[in-house]
Amino acid sequence: MDSKPTSFATTGRSRKGEPFVWLTAAGLTMGVVLTLGLLGLVVTKGIQTFWPDRIQVFEIDTGAGTEKVAGYVVQERERRDPQGVDHEEIQIFRGNRELFGEKFAFFDRASIRSQEIPEDILLVERMEGGHVIARAGKILRADGTEVPANDPGFATSLDELIEKTDTKREELRRIEKIEIGRNAREVKELRSLERFEGSTPETQARLATLNEEFLKLDAERNLVRQALAGDVLLLDAVDGREIRIEAGELLHIFRPNQAGVIGRTGEMLRRVWHFLASDPREANTEGGVYPAIFGTVVMTLVMSLFVTPFGVVAAIYLREYAKQGPLVRAVRISVNNLAGVPSIVFGVFGLAFFIYFLGGVVDSWFFPRSEEPVFKSGGVLWASLTLALLTVPVVIVATEEALAAVPRGVREAALACGASKWQAIQRVVLPASLPGILTGVILAMARGAGEVAPLMLVGVVKSAPDLPIDGEAPFIHAERQFMHLGFHIYDLGFQSPDSEAAKPMVFATTLLLITIVVVMNLAAIIIRNRLRKKYATSSF
Amino acid sequence: MSDTFQQHPETAIEVADMDFHYGESKALKDIRLTVPRGRIVAFIGPSGCGKSTLLRCFNRMNDLVPGARVTRGSIHIDGVEIHSPEVDPVELRRRVGMVFQKSNPFPRSIYENVAYGPRIAGTKSKSELDGIVEEALKGAALWSEVESRLHESAFGLSGGQQQRLCIARAIAVRPEILLMDEPCSALDPVATAKVEELILDLKRNYTIVIVTHNMQQATRISDMTAFFYLGELMEYGATTKIFTRPERRETEDYVTGRFG
Repeated sequence: MDSKPTSFATTGRSRKGEPFVWLTAAGLTMGVVLTLGLLGLVVTKGIQTFWPDRIQVFEIDTGAGTEKVAGYVVQERERRDPQGVDHEEIQIFRGNRELFGEKFAFFDRASIRSQEIPEDILLVERMEGGHVIARAGKILRADGTEVPANDPGFATSLDELIEKTDTKREELRRIEKIEIGRNAREVKELRSLERFEGSTPETQARLATLNEEFLKLDAERNLVRQALAGDVLLLDAVDGREIRIEAGELLHIFRPNQAGVIGRTGEMLRRVWHFLASDPREANTEGGVYPAIFGTVVMTLVMSLFVTPFGVVAAIYLREYAKQGPLVRAVRISVNNLAGVPSIVFGVFGLAFFIYFLGGVVDSWFFPRSEEPVFKSGGVLWASLTLALLTVPVVIVATEEALAAVPRGVREAALACGASKWQAIQRVVLPASLPGILTGVILAMARGAGEVAPLMLVGVVKSAPDLPIDGEAPFIHAERQFMHLGFHIYDLGFQSPDSEAAKPMVFATTLLLITIVVVMNLAAIIIRNRLRKKYATSSF
Repeated sequence: MSDTFQQHPETAIEVADMDFHYGESKALKDIRLTVPRGRIVAFIGPSGCGKSTLLRCFNRMNDLVPGARVTRGSIHIDGVEIHSPEVDPVELRRRVGMVFQKSNPFPRSIYENVAYGPRIAGTKSKSELDGIVEEALKGAALWSEVESRLHESAFGLSGGQQQRLCIARAIAVRPEILLMDEPCSALDPVATAKVEELILDLKRNYTIVIVTHNMQQATRISDMTAFFYLGELMEYGATTKIFTRPERRETEDYVTGRFG
């Protein structure tokens, strides 16, 4: 090859400004790293929550002798004592709250004499008091018989016991929550009727029947309770003390040191399922988050139902009908600025307007006899409306842009066919701008699902007894308070009595919230892409 | 051909002393022109001469353009001044259909595109709509090509087919006059030939005004030709006369390609 410089040899000018390319790349990298870091942290911490660790038994030198402690290591840290000596410490989850008062404890690594992983340690979940880590003792049956741990039939008896308590507990829940609940509501309605219209023989007769029914249900309930109360499981903690668990309290028993990879994976899946599908217990630090998932999804969907038509209609007027001038410009600027108003302000507005004013009007029109406020208190309807208001600028802006992007030729074609302006918009312009509108709705949903601050004023609660939609007429209870994953995270992290115990739940719930937002967005994106295929405007 | 004009004295469109403004600038001045019924009239002239503007006046499409208005004179269609207050532009457009330069099918199926006009006019019965759609597609010589895929997206059609679909959509409304704004400018010669054939065929039922940049096209299909230059109607007469014995110098220069 000839290396003689040609007239096209570089003068270096083509590389001018390249440092700026590096700058832009660095900016993007920073963003990507931060996002991945956030996701990575949440995902690993969230998954750790569910993975069953091996339980170790430590022999600890207390100075006055040795003490045995069973549990799994949660974290390791270094601590400098007042004398300036560094100590390596491990934090152990040891459960057994009735014995120690605290579920977690720190131990100096130097004080550990020995550690082992014995096969026969049980991890017991119960209704109250948190986990128990102990060896099996014996089962005391209600009929006086005993099954000691070394009995070959012990494992089967234990399984039977848990299965039995599960069914009994389900029965109890049905009687208490559904049947007695229905009875109590009808009694309340009748009493209120009597107070306003005076008592009649019919109401009295009905009340008497209801009372009879209640007594019968109560007796039934007591029977189930007795059946639950009879059996007892005795466990031996590693320090020799005995733990007594009523069968009614038993939820689940797992042997983490015997289970292999498959067993532990199964246990993890069970925990995930339990987390997703069950109600919270013990001030939300145990159990699942099902009501919060339900509340979040319902609220977000209801919000979209409100915000979409409202935003689209407003945008159509603004773009297609309003005479473009200073007034419309002012409205447009205001709408854009509305998106920047702090969300708590919307919460305050929702409280004042929706709950106190609208709720008050609804109550005085439709529920004048109710003793407690029905709609004049926070609820899923008002929360959805508040969030709809918060996100409506997003939809308006997106819709306006989508409308503006519809080719003029398509509009003219519609008009040339003898369509009125509205017919052209309805049949041609709107379908063509649907994908763009949906993009706005997706953004609004993402914003709304993650919002917490305004919700605290308009209907979110730490623990809601009933879901906003259930099998009880009229099925949709728009006035009910609800739980929300975002608020749940806040509540677990800052309001929990035992923040150490709540920490894993915080990460798991965060992971879940992110997942739900992603899933809802993906669903909307899939719908949008289908529409885009269907309504793609001409590229010819 | 001027004698043919005599045999068909009935006029479809009559423009008298018309001036047209876009905001401050004058786009058309002192236009006087008569479109006879059942004929094809071609508007020719260099870009920006106002021929499309005049065409879009006939169905008041210029109403959509801010600041565009007729400032003097009148346009009568079937003897009615189309700018008078009792004329509803929507009704006017139903009777004066239009086909655009760029084919612009709706983002719908082929069937829905053609059924759009009748549907918004209030035709609900499925069988009636089916009949109209078939008739319009046959009228636009597209039926045999799309019969089997009526419910597929209109964007699946080729450029020429799309333009014929737009013609079908326009005639499905059953207008009396059809305005065509350079309908073949984006088509290849084969598609152009098909559309031209179609236009000649449509002459039986419609009065057609067509804007074109293609001289051969004007000679091939039109009965009368109007030559516009700088917002003025320079010459108007039978097509053969305009192309063979033009009266004005500008017309001759333009049709022979000496300027453009």
